[in-house]
Amino acid sequence: MTVFKILLMLFLLTCAISVSVSKNLLNSVLIYMSFSLIMSILWICLESPDLGITEAAVGAGVTSILFFATLRKIRAIDVQRDADIDEDDLIEEEHTENYD
Amino acid sequence: MSKKRPDFDYERTFSYKFNKWLSGTEDPYVGKVEMKRQRRRKISPETVQERMRERHKLQEKVYDASDNKILVNFDKLYRVVAVLFCVILLALLVWNVSYLPPIGAVDKAVNNEVPERYIESGLEEIGAVNFVTGMILDYRAFDTLGESNVLFCATITVLILLQISDKKKKVLDEDMLFEPHDDPILRMSSRILVPVIMIFGIYVVLNGHLSPGGGFSGGAIIGSGLILYQNAFGFKHARKIFNERIYKTISATALATYCLCKTYSFFTGANHLDSHIPLGVPGHILSSGLILILNICVGMVVACTMYTFYVMFRRGDF
Repeated sequence: MTVFKILLMLFLLTCAISVSVSKNLLNSVLIYMSFSLIMSILWICLESPDLGITEAAVGAGVTSILFFATLRKIRAIDVQRDADIDEDDLIEEEHTENYD
Repeated sequence: MSKKRPDFDYERTFSYKFNKWLSGTEDPYVGKVEMKRQRRRKISPETVQERMRERHKLQEKVYDASDNKILVNFDKLYRVVAVLFCVILLALLVWNVSYLPPIGAVDKAVNNEVPERYIESGLEEIGAVNFVTGMILDYRAFDTLGESNVLFCATITVLILLQISDKKKKVLDEDMLFEPHDDPILRMSSRILVPVIMIFGIYVVLNGHLSPGGGFSGGAIIGSGLILYQNAFGFKHARKIFNERIYKTISATALATYCLCKTYSFFTGANHLDSHIPLGVPGHILSSGLILILNICVGMVVACTMYTFYVMFRRGDF
């Protein structure tokens, strides 16, 4: 168990350093997600499952989704490529949107 | 009472014209002053190239690190000081950490009479098997009320900052263009996953006093389930199960219920442990007094907050 904990700690350190070093913002958010996941396992190892559940739900789930939404708003994620493919669908969608 | 001026009289006043000019409905120069259209200046490609070359030269001269002695020295100094600062900070932190007692040490400062009391007489006084929830929602229920209110205030702030106006709602904002339409993998998997996530969240909220979890974590799980549903089926479907009206009703009701449940400690002089509410058998779902109700309230507030945060960040409108 101690070896497992030490391994998790090393993982945590690597994640924490690579979050700040990584050049791509999307990669940073993904690494931060894994940081939260490892942290939640560590909370369970430290016998506090309440915190583990909360960390997994808030840290790995909701916070990273908020980060993704923000990154898309500031155009840090390249979505233009996906948008070009189904441009014809969009026009249809636009018409249906106007009705409600 | 002042008499109302006729319209044509009012239109001649200075303030009317000034207001019109301010709002931009009327340009005082258009149609009154003779205006000549500006001629476009022609720039030959040679001049453009010349300018580019000059700019390049200037940039090279300014940012040339090998010529500029001050810049070179500053760069070196900056790096050395940055590394030194980091090392000193790290050393200070590690030095302080080495003084912390090991995990579970008996002579730790936190091992005083407070947790002892929680552990020894918590089951009799609260009736909750999970001490942590008992602590949060019974011994320190007043703090948790403040926390829920903080969450509520945070959502209101996000709503004020990020909500779009009614005029813009008509315009299809460009963020909606990137919504996945009919993604079969996402839809099928979320059709299976969303009910499981929701039921797990409700289980965590309802069993807060029996097993690990509680209002906050359960609420966060329900909120993430809602977010997944929205992602898979789009705003049109998500609006049917969660919109602004439902958000207002649920948050206000939950917070008001929490306040009502905890106001009796005002009248008993902050001595809210002896409440005469039947505690029930420890381990049953209907036990430990008010904790179940408070857990449900906190869970609802948190779930609403999480989903509202997401929606506001994403679109600015439910």
